[in-house]
Amino acid sequence: MRLAGKVAIVTGASRGIGRAVAVALAREGAAVVINYASNGEAALETLAKIGEAGGRAVVCQADVSDWEACESLVRSALDNFGKVDILVNNAGVTRDNIVARMKKDEWQAVLDTNLTGAFNLVRAAMRPLLRQKSGGRIINISSVVGLAGGVGQANYAAAKAGLIGLTKSLARELAGRQITVNAVAPGFIDTEMTAALPEELKKNMLAQVPLGRAGTPEEVAQLVAFLAADAAGYITGQVIAIDGGLVMQ
Amino acid sequence: MDIYGKVKALISEQLGVEEGELTMDTSFEDLDADSLDIVELVMALEEEFNLEISDDEVEKIKTVGDVVRYIEAHA
Repeated sequence: MRLAGKVAIVTGASRGIGRAVAVALAREGAAVVINYASNGEAALETLAKIGEAGGRAVVCQADVSDWEACESLVRSALDNFGKVDILVNNAGVTRDNIVARMKKDEWQAVLDTNLTGAFNLVRAAMRPLLRQKSGGRIINISSVVGLAGGVGQANYAAAKAGLIGLTKSLARELAGRQITVNAVAPGFIDTEMTAALPEELKKNMLAQVPLGRAGTPEEVAQLVAFLAADAAGYITGQVIAIDGGLVMQ
Repeated sequence: MDIYGKVKALISEQLGVEEGELTMDTSFEDLDADSLDIVELVMALEEEFNLEISDDEVEKIKTVGDVVRYIEAHA
């Protein structure tokens, strides 16, 4: 149990990578706040999975694009578990479209949740993180699309690349307090988000993956759990791709 | 303990300096406090004296004396 006694907030933890991260952190002993925006039923399934694994967790509805909602999310961690050590900014949405056709609201919605949402949560958690004087971990779920771009995903790529800039700046600002900040950049991972893509596109994408298969949410979760652990205390400001070799930096 | 004493104790703890080195005229620049140090100090002051110091007010605080005078006027 590498995270015994720690408290984590995982945004967008009702499904996909977020759910797997919440479960993995709980298995390592962390108490977890399972955040979701709209799918309460799915969030309760995440809660049940953590319960089965003998972990501790609560569910908290909050739209991370909303500043006040992020404050309530941090309060949920403090009220239920007394502190907050680990933030995993995972909440993300897609509104795919080529730029020539992209509507202003398609651009804005993706930036608001995927990038501003991370800023909002970090800002809301800053006071307890600093006051605790016990270090901390911030892990931002970026994407290989943020490194390499993607047709029809300018909004998503911009937000995910923005997360990398946020990660590196925060890593510098908070290093003196032993708070590490890293980004994880998943490639093609088997989730509802990628299941929604056209078959042809999926086939073409997988053909470019050197390891020849999609990754699993659990594989991403294991990387996040490692970065959250004391063992990763000397890693900060990094972007770690987990993509089957798709983008080799 | 008077306000000056409490403020000196807090600054000493937050910035890791000897209380004896602090006077009303000591500036935070002299103490090598960076902007995050100031944020943490303001948080500690707000909690100790149960008040809120706005960002505009924080900008004006340059010395230990500025802190003491602000607390005396607002606590």
